[in-house]
Amino acid sequence: MFDDRTPIYRQIAAQVKADVVSGALDGDEQVMSTNQYAAYYRINPATVAKAFQQLVDEQVLYKKRGIGMFVSPTARDALRAQRRETFFSDLVDPMVAEAEAVGIPLDEVVARIQRRATRAGKEDR
Amino acid sequence: MTLAVEAAGLRLRYGDVTALDDLSFTLPGGRIYGLLGRNGSGKTSLLSVLAGFRKASGGRALIDGQPVFENPRNTRRVCLIRETGDTGDKDEKVREALYTASRLRVGWDGDYADALIERFQIPRGKKLGQLSLGQRSALGMIFGLAARAPVTLLDECHLGMDAPSRAAFSDELLADFMAHPRTIVISTHLIDELSPLFEEVLIIDQGRLVLQDETESLRARGADVTGPAEAVDRFVAGRTVLRERRLGRTKSAMVYGGLDERHRRQARDAGLDLGPVALQDLFVHLTQPSGGAR
Repeated sequence: MFDDRTPIYRQIAAQVKADVVSGALDGDEQVMSTNQYAAYYRINPATVAKAFQQLVDEQVLYKKRGIGMFVSPTARDALRAQRRETFFSDLVDPMVAEAEAVGIPLDEVVARIQRRATRAGKEDR
Repeated sequence: MTLAVEAAGLRLRYGDVTALDDLSFTLPGGRIYGLLGRNGSGKTSLLSVLAGFRKASGGRALIDGQPVFENPRNTRRVCLIRETGDTGDKDEKVREALYTASRLRVGWDGDYADALIERFQIPRGKKLGQLSLGQRSALGMIFGLAARAPVTLLDECHLGMDAPSRAAFSDELLADFMAHPRTIVISTHLIDELSPLFEEVLIIDQGRLVLQDETESLRARGADVTGPAEAVDRFVAGRTVLRERRLGRTKSAMVYGGLDERHRRQARDAGLDLGPVALQDLFVHLTQPSGGAR
C-alpha cells in the first residue's frame, strides 16, 4: 500500500491529489474523515491529519468546521496546471534520456507519439 | 482527558548494572508512542518504572505531573502489559483472569474484552500456562486494550503472534484509540511493521535517550545518496554518514539530517540519486556500538 520509506503523509497527500486530477474526487466533494483514512490504511490518525493539513495549505482541500474536509472547487485546474509545468522535466526529459541510453532514435519516439495521437483522435470522434 | 507521561533524570540500577541512565523526556497525552531499542537497552526497565512496578534509583517518573511509585491515584490509571502478559498465575483459567481484571481495572470494558476473546478465539476454560505463545500474547493485548487505562504501556506484546493476528490487533488498537483517546506506549522490535501506528518514536540505547521525534520527521531525516563514488564523497563531506556501501565505481551513503530542498536539488544536479531510508535502517545505525548521530 505504502512504501515504508517515504513519509506516509506525503504519500497520502499525493494520492488525494491524484484522485482530484483524475476526477475520482470532484470539486466540493467531501473526502473520507481522518479516522476513516487511519483505519483503512492502518496508520496513526495524526499522520492523516498532517497530510490533510498540507493539502489545506496547498489549497487542494478546505475545512468545514465540525463537518470535515472538502475538495476545493479550483483544485483540479490548479493541479493540472502544476502537472503541465513539470510534465516535460518529470516525464519527457527522462524518456529522451532513456531513449538515447538504449539507442532508440528520437524520430522513432516522435513517430510513436504521433501514431498514438492519431489513434486517440479517432477514438474521440 | 488524556494524561502526559514524564521522565526527569530517571536512573535505575540493579547492583552494578545501570539500566536507566539519566533519562528525560515528556510525552504529551493522547498519542501513540513507539519505544524502540535493542535487547538490553532498557525498554522494559523504563516501562516498569513508568508503571510504578519498580522504584527508580534516581530522578522521577510522573503521570499527569504526579509520581507513579506507590501513588494509588496513578497506579490505577496506568496499565503495563509485559510480553506474553504476566497476566496471572499459570494455573489460573482465562475466565478467572478476565474476572480478576474486571475487578481491578477501573475502566474495564467487559463487553469489549468478550468481543476480543471471541475474535481471537482464546479458549476461556484453558489455564494460562496451557496457552500457546501467540494466544498468551493475544490475551495480554486484550487485557491491555479492554482496561482502557489512560496510560497504556505495551511491552513487546506482539511476541509470538502470527502476521494476521498482528494486523488484526493493529486494527483493534487504532479503532479503540480513536474511540477512546489515551496515551499508549508500545515497545517493539517490529519497527517497519508497527511504525505507521506511532505518532512519535523514542529510541533508547544503553539506558539513555538517543532521540525522540515525530515518526514522519524521523523518516524524512535519512536519505540514501547513490552515484559515482567521487560525486557521493563530495556531496556527503561534512555530513553525518551512518553507512557507506560500495559496488564497483558506484557508492551509496546513508546520510542523516540537514537535507533541505536546496541540497536535494544540488544532489540531483550532481547526477546523484537521493532515496528515502526505512526507519528500521535508521534505527540500526543509530543504535550501533560505534554510535551514529548521537
